Amino acid sequence: MTLAPETLAPDTTGLKVRLRLTDDWFTACDLGALLPGRGVAALLPDGGQVALFRDRDGGLYAIDNRDPFTGAAVLSRGLTGTHRGRPFVASPLLKQRFDLTTGECLDDGVMRVETYEVEAVKAAQAVQTVNVA
Amino acid sequence: MTATPGITPTIVLVGHGMVGQRFLEALAERGLTRTHRVVVLCEEPRPAYDRVQLTSYFSGKTPEDLSMTDMAFIEEHGIELRVGDPAETIDREAREVTARSGLVVDYDVLVLATGSYPFVPPVPGKDAEGCFVYRTIEDLLAIEAYAKNATTGAVVGGGLLGLEAAGALKGLGLTSHIVEFAPRLMPVQVDEGGGAALLRTIEEMGLSVHTGVGTQEIVVDSSGAVTGMKLSDGSELATDLVVFSAGVRPRDQLARDSGLAVGERGGISVDERCRTVTDPHVFAIGECALASDGRVYGLVAPGYEQAETAAATIADDEASFTGADLSTKLKLLGVDVASFGDAHGATADCLDVVYSDSRSGLYKKLVVGRDGTLLGGILVGDAEAYGTLRAFTGSVPPVSPESLVLPAGAGAPAQLGPAALPDDAVICSCHNVTKGTVRGAVTEHSCTTVPEVKQCTRAGTGCGSCVKVLGQLVTAELEASGVEVDKGLCGCFAHTREELYEIVGALRITSFRELLDRHGRDGARGGEGCEVCKPAVGSIIASLAPAIGASGYVLEGEQAALQDTNDHFLANLQRNGSYSVVPRIPGGEIAPEKLIVIGEIARDFGLYTKITGGQRIDMFGARVEQLPLIWARLVDAGFESGHAYGKSLRTVKSCVGQTWCRYGVQDSVRMAIDLELRYRGLRSPHKLKSAVSGCARECAEAQSKDFGVIATSNGWNLYVGGNGGATPRHADLLAQDLSDAELVRLIDRFLMFYIRTADKLERTSTWLERIPGGLDHVRDVVVHDSLGICDELESLMRAHVSHYRDEWAETVNDPEKLARFVSFVNAPDTPDPVVGFVPERDQMKPDLPLLDIGLRRPSEDDLLEGSTRR
Repeated sequence: MTLAPETLAPDTTGLKVRLRLTDDWFTACDLGALLPGRGVAALLPDGGQVALFRDRDGGLYAIDNRDPFTGAAVLSRGLTGTHRGRPFVASPLLKQRFDLTTGECLDDGVMRVETYEVEAVKAAQAVQTVNVA
Repeated sequence: MTATPGITPTIVLVGHGMVGQRFLEALAERGLTRTHRVVVLCEEPRPAYDRVQLTSYFSGKTPEDLSMTDMAFIEEHGIELRVGDPAETIDREAREVTARSGLVVDYDVLVLATGSYPFVPPVPGKDAEGCFVYRTIEDLLAIEAYAKNATTGAVVGGGLLGLEAAGALKGLGLTSHIVEFAPRLMPVQVDEGGGAALLRTIEEMGLSVHTGVGTQEIVVDSSGAVTGMKLSDGSELATDLVVFSAGVRPRDQLARDSGLAVGERGGISVDERCRTVTDPHVFAIGECALASDGRVYGLVAPGYEQAETAAATIADDEASFTGADLSTKLKLLGVDVASFGDAHGATADCLDVVYSDSRSGLYKKLVVGRDGTLLGGILVGDAEAYGTLRAFTGSVPPVSPESLVLPAGAGAPAQLGPAALPDDAVICSCHNVTKGTVRGAVTEHSCTTVPEVKQCTRAGTGCGSCVKVLGQLVTAELEASGVEVDKGLCGCFAHTREELYEIVGALRITSFRELLDRHGRDGARGGEGCEVCKPAVGSIIASLAPAIGASGYVLEGEQAALQDTNDHFLANLQRNGSYSVVPRIPGGEIAPEKLIVIGEIARDFGLYTKITGGQRIDMFGARVEQLPLIWARLVDAGFESGHAYGKSLRTVKSCVGQTWCRYGVQDSVRMAIDLELRYRGLRSPHKLKSAVSGCARECAEAQSKDFGVIATSNGWNLYVGGNGGATPRHADLLAQDLSDAELVRLIDRFLMFYIRTADKLERTSTWLERIPGGLDHVRDVVVHDSLGICDELESLMRAHVSHYRDEWAETVNDPEKLARFVSFVNAPDTPDPVVGFVPERDQMKPDLPLLDIGLRRPSEDDLLEGSTRR
């Protein structure tokens, strides 16, 4: 299926959000689809899921959407915040917090989630490299 | 007490009242129930109950509520408790007691805790039909039954119990009179000035008080029933019912019959160890005992101390009872009355400091020695300072006495904190806990909260009047030991939720960012907030929305980013990432057509259905992208959001009520629907549950709800602060016999006051326990409008009611909001592959392959015989 993010919130900025996968950049959605302080989930070409967040200053973050404590793909639906200067998302299930830049769990030294390099680029620059089945 | 080796020695307790029960607990604490056989002979048909709170039976407490006996405790300690089987004779030679049933028990130790009996003056007609005493639950049941056919009642005796009895008669709908021989009410506790203040307040409540007159004769009709009483001033008082409450006398007949020494005016003579002076094998404790200081104590605290002393002595420990403090603080018919120390100024050369304000029914007197030592005092109308003053008794307070009794605002009222108290000051007089012990609980036992300190020291678990001082002490002690008591909401805000509510309301702040940047902690300003403060502030803004000009729709603008995931998707997140859907079914009443719609939707979307505890239907297993489709159909069929996901009103459960039930006395279903529709959508610090029962049988379990309503033949009783869950709490009666309008007005005020002052995620039950003054304070505020804020509270609720809109109806009509209901922003039609289901019992359940790793799979052996394997 070809991505069709146009149906989402009107693209007021003309910017797209893309993240780096192993080999290439993957365009996930319009920047306008990200509400400051909330996340969205995007489906990756390999069937994996990524949680994307935007903070109030425009900072972007991308981590694995799967909550390692419960196995459910829900981290994008958690509440974000700042703890001692570190941006985090709290799992909506059992409330463990994950650092959005490092993926480290702030409430458990062992658990961590994958993080992705993410940026906003002009639509023209965003290269659609992969289709999602 | 040594016993013959090889034979278990026996302790026999005669009497199972409050003091008797405490004695059993003291035995258990000292391990004596393991080494001894313990037999209890109890005359009343029920085990020990809280006689101090007896009158609360008339405000809705059941005999079970009043019980002080944990049957598990009795069983665990192997105590042989025989209720309804009093001791009849004691043979001290043979050391055996014979009970009414004929049971004969040999004893090594005999403990008499027979209590006292009500004194009935020997006037003609005292035994007529319609004459009662006020001592046991059985007495109350009899009065209640007789009052049904009476219109007027008179109480003989204007003391503590007499006033309670008169209040109870009034509560039963009778015109009530109090006849007191002394020239003032409560002659033992208060002086002339205090009695006068009390008299005015009590007469204002509609009770008739006749002081300085005695009862000469009870007048009866031809059938022998009471019709009136002749008084010593020659007048006659018409009444259908007489309650004698003219004091109590020690029940010492059993002791007399067995040759034990008793005092001239009654009471079994005991020494400092509570052992009878006549027989070392026999002890006497509580109201039947004449203590070594020559007094019979009629209060429960000294009785407890005697129980401890007797148990210690039996265990060969050191303990003695040489006398006790007679300080008391009560709330009589809503009036605070306290007396402590040398209240009547009996000490030579003492001086009084008196503040009296007849207009507002205030009277405060302190008795001070020549050297400034506080000797005692009386407080009527406002006993706020009681805890501190009583603890200072015997010492020179650090501020002048007059500043302690002047009301706030007149001159400089003294803020005499408990920090100024000496370590040996008694904080809890019910359990004799000193300030030093409370401090120790914090410093040595690491208690950091009042509930922990209560559990550790027992302080505050008796009458509860010291809980406020306890809270101040705990905070002071924590602060002193360097523990920073940060009352802030979270790492982002140093303010409490209550303070933030006031800030948001007063400054009309409608944005979280603005609040954080202007009122957050220094390090948090400009940041994102956190998962604690965002939903809390979101809730405050939603609660105040109409008043501050914010949108009442929780998904509007920035508010959407503040909501917990449940509120954000207007559904309840389940463990595999799917959601459950609960439409509102007001009062649990639903027509077949609507039931069919729910059934069809659940079938069409393959949802698991279950009936909830709140009388509605929960549909599980909906994926995010299915929510709008499900709700479009529900809204179309006339359903609204049930707010099962919100910190807001859940359901108002109801029984079927008068309409169908042969016992019902009001239309509970209609009231439940009215209340549910009135408060639906109201955002609050935590979820709110409610119920309405159509009669006292309480089938809707209203007393376990945040606000519960029980029908009476005269209207509605309102209970608040109930809870089920992990820490169950029975709700407290806030007001009774309310009309529909009065009920709704009180609930409006109560809820808004709770929303305004509660902490984040604090249910009404913990809120009631925490806030200073507890239930009494809440009643003062919402019933008597003591803060003058009720108009404001009511107008806030009116604004909520008029601005309510169904948030699911708004959402399904807003394409932009609907766009958020997708599993994937880049694949809106693709369902989340992690959400899967497997069949179970004709429906389905989440398939959690990832979670089951490492968990034990049930084997064939685990299945119960005969259980379903569908």
